[in-house]
Amino acid sequence: MCLALPVRVIELRDGDRGVVDLGGVRKEVSLALVDGVSVGDYVILHVGYALTRLDPDEAQKTLETFAAAGLSPEPAAP
Amino acid sequence: MKYIDEFRDGSVARRIGAAIAREALPGRRYSFMEFCGGHTHAIARYGVADLLPGNVRMIHGPGCPVCVLPIGRIDMAIEIARRPEVILATYGDTMRVPASGRLSLLKAKAQGADIRMVYSTADAVRLAERNPAREVVMFAIGFETTTPPTALAIREAQAKGLTNFFVFCNHVLTPSAISHILESPEVRELGTVPIDGFVGPAHVSTVIGSRPYEFFAEEYQKPVVIAGFEPLDVMQAILMLVRQVNDGRCEVENEFTRAVTREGNAKAQALVAEVFGLRRTFEWRGLGEVPYSALRLKEGYAAFDAERRYGVADRSVPDHKACECGAILRGLRHPADCKLFGSACTPENPLGSCMVSSEGACAAHYTYGRFRDTSRRVAAGAAVT
Ligand code: SF4
Repeated sequence: MCLALPVRVIELRDGDRGVVDLGGVRKEVSLALVDGVSVGDYVILHVGYALTRLDPDEAQKTLETFAAAGLSPEPAAP
Repeated sequence: MKYIDEFRDGSVARRIGAAIAREALPGRRYSFMEFCGGHTHAIARYGVADLLPGNVRMIHGPGCPVCVLPIGRIDMAIEIARRPEVILATYGDTMRVPASGRLSLLKAKAQGADIRMVYSTADAVRLAERNPAREVVMFAIGFETTTPPTALAIREAQAKGLTNFFVFCNHVLTPSAISHILESPEVRELGTVPIDGFVGPAHVSTVIGSRPYEFFAEEYQKPVVIAGFEPLDVMQAILMLVRQVNDGRCEVENEFTRAVTREGNAKAQALVAEVFGLRRTFEWRGLGEVPYSALRLKEGYAAFDAERRYGVADRSVPDHKACECGAILRGLRHPADCKLFGSACTPENPLGSCMVSSEGACAAHYTYGRFRDTSRRVAAGAAVT
């Protein structure tokens, strides 16, 4: 139910609608909840509506944080 | 798919797991609640629990919108759907939720009620346009993620001048449910396990932002880490929670910065505030009555309110006596502790709310965890309690 997916916007249409690429499938969705979406943006799609834009820089930073997890410090002696 | 696969890498998950094991203090126990069903599902499906050290335990919270729908509200939906003029539009997930008298929407449909599954509230509006002689009722459920789409559909129906579109509103609020878990009268009765911190909602937070959780961090002195729904997101959030506990910090941290800001989606919030107001109280399956935890249509939108239109009365129907969902949602019991688990109660034939959707604690455990349990018990002998 809470399933929501990051999808890429590939076309803008009238009436706050747009077409997204959903794992290779084209699907028309509503962009009415997010202002200023452009073609090429990633949005989080939920029950046919984009909820928010996905920030690619932040995604990259998070992946780098994961990569650094192996290097985290030893715990202090109890 | 991009932004999904990178967040599921097994070797990275094991590395984060090793970091958690290294940083979790051996003499201490850590209990964290993941509020959302999306997290529950990820934890079960990707075996996150197996990557955690024995002293870090996850408690499955009530954040599955399908699971928390009380029997009485499903009964009301069936009552509305059985009116000859009505087409009930619903998300597919609600179809099998058990109602009174062994009924469900699916069975009511088989008996002749006109119930149609829709992907989106916009589809329900379209149904109303195409069927001017009928009355289309959207069975609107869900947390802060599905509420803005419902509000938009009402506004769209209004703009189109539709008089045959209605909403049966069951939208509920995440923050009230979290407070309830921390300080309800039932907690005094049932007792509660100490919760050391929360993994905060992913998609709910894209809408409401991280700010609403600052209250919990402060008022209840509980760390909160908002996390995405992929397994690496959950692992990283657990690591961040362990660090907060070790440092004695109680802050709201955000692991899901790629989609969540402190403010959230202001446009969606304004729309919801325009169309919906608070209900004084609302029943949650598994939690009981929770004050100010749900929404109803405001006076200005009363013409779209199915509850007024059909005069269906609220009713409270108790769950199966042996169902332990209430205790499971509070972390006091594990699905396997329920006598009905896997025998009388299965995903095919759910008796209680936690077994209904794949995001429910019992259903997730049934699908992904039950064999692991057995092997762990065999491997550990009687040492594991
Ligand atoms: S197994 Fe079924 S009856 Fe038992 S607690 Fe879970 S949902 Fe309730």
